[in-house]
Amino acid sequence: MTPREDQQELETQFAQWRQYVQRRRELTSADAEELEDHLRGCVDELVAAGLSADEAFLVAVKRMGSLDELSREFAREHSERLWQQLVLTGGTGDPVADTRSRRDLRVMLLCAAGAAVSVKVPALFGLDMADDAPFYGVNFSLFALPWLAGFLAWRRQAGRALIGVLVALFALGAVAANAYPLADDSQSVILTAIHLPIALWLVAGLAYVATEWRSSRRRMDFIRFTGEWVVYFVLIGLGGGVLTGFTAGTFLAIGIDPKTFIWQWLLPCGAAAAVVVAGWLVEVKQGVVENIAPVLTRLFTPLFTAVLLAFLVAIVWTSAGIDVERQALILFDLLLVVVLGLLLYSLSARDPLAPPGLFDRVQLALVVSALAVDVLVLFEIAGRISEYGATANKAAALGENVVLLANLAWSAWLLLQFVRRRTPFVALERWQTGYLPVYAAWAWVVVLVFPPLFSYA
Amino acid sequence: MVAKDLVAASATPIVLGILAEQENYGYAILKRINELSGGELDWTEGLLYPLLHRLERLGYVESNWRSVAGERRRKYYRITNAGLDELAEQRRQWDTVVDALKEIWLGLRHGGPLAAVPTECRA
Repeated sequence: MTPREDQQELETQFAQWRQYVQRRRELTSADAEELEDHLRGCVDELVAAGLSADEAFLVAVKRMGSLDELSREFAREHSERLWQQLVLTGGTGDPVADTRSRRDLRVMLLCAAGAAVSVKVPALFGLDMADDAPFYGVNFSLFALPWLAGFLAWRRQAGRALIGVLVALFALGAVAANAYPLADDSQSVILTAIHLPIALWLVAGLAYVATEWRSSRRRMDFIRFTGEWVVYFVLIGLGGGVLTGFTAGTFLAIGIDPKTFIWQWLLPCGAAAAVVVAGWLVEVKQGVVENIAPVLTRLFTPLFTAVLLAFLVAIVWTSAGIDVERQALILFDLLLVVVLGLLLYSLSARDPLAPPGLFDRVQLALVVSALAVDVLVLFEIAGRISEYGATANKAAALGENVVLLANLAWSAWLLLQFVRRRTPFVALERWQTGYLPVYAAWAWVVVLVFPPLFSYA
Repeated sequence: MVAKDLVAASATPIVLGILAEQENYGYAILKRINELSGGELDWTEGLLYPLLHRLERLGYVESNWRSVAGERRRKYYRITNAGLDELAEQRRQWDTVVDALKEIWLGLRHGGPLAAVPTECRA
């Protein structure tokens, strides 16, 4: 080997070594550079002592000791590196990523401010928050979600066609919320206030998946996004609660009553802005923290299964019928939503190639017991409706129940097949992501068709 | 070879002392330690670099990346005033320990090892 070939060979070995080192979270790139300099110093000395380049490299690496041990020593001094930090703007050491994150931050602040201001725009037209509460209840999602969708569309550099579709759908939502002559105390107002956010959230989802709306993987990403967004929104809400408490307490102490400010400015504007901020946090923190929604589902799936099984045993034991009062049906709908959420978020964090395990069986038990409870409830409800006739509320609750029941029944079947190793896991994932449009369709039906169907009652 | 505990205990004053001579980089510090101890002090990279980073965090040393004429870019460490104060304090403590040990070694040489043990304890 000529000395030049030798040198080249040595450089390749250094490059390989650098790659190894950079994979360690405990070691930053500056550490890697410092250690590489050390290694080079060692190699130079050994070569000067008469070793060939690759011999010297081997000896030098050997002397440095195992990388595991080295990382451990570094971790002892830099334990904060194991707690990954959320780098909001800059400081990643990569100038391209830094400018991008700074731009993200600016656009996010703009969108959050836009959402907060939107909440107060109707006040300019004489709609007071205290007197026109139903208007604000129905329209709240229309103040915040277009801004979130706008931020996501900007990040995805959405094309004109997509932006057109988004604008049209939000406009449709605005029409549905305000064009019908609904009495303030009608059931339809409440139904719209509940279902419009669901419909619009899925419109924001369209902005999230952008051009890849057909892709099952991207839809699953949106499901993950939704879970993390909820967690962040709740956390921001908790922080906001503390802020509100201190605002109230401190200003009352000097004789100023901040009630109007808190109820008409701080809470509504803060909530609208938090919708955008939470979305931005989920976007920038990907990979910074372990996703929390799947962790929560892992904790609660066995507990919910135990409660549901106990409930079923209690029904059989006491042979008591379920007392389906007005609230009860909603409660059981929510139960199905929770079970579906537990299922979805365990799916979202599961390695698709892993073989079925104990947790999958627990999940199957959870879904089956939820189905059993729900069938009992449906019997009661069907009897109720045939006896007293349908109202908008009952029809909506029943429709929801059917939508969720269909999803869970087929999920249970697929889970069973998966546990028995008949179908691959991906079938379950496809079923869930393929079902998303059904939720959207149902939410739009309730918002658009129900009011005229039940004569605006 | 010197025992690990003793190497660890003496690590800070040794590094600060070497940096008090002149500013330096990691590999050269390690070589200097070898030279000073005749190869008896077994230092590893896992000991040196995290220690340097800790001293930097505590404000005893400063570091900067630069290249001296004709050499690679390196991270040089320089001792600060706080580092000099710390070195003086460490030196005072080590002097105390060394003096005490010297007294003992001297006593042993004069009286012999058994003379120091009370007679009652002899079996």
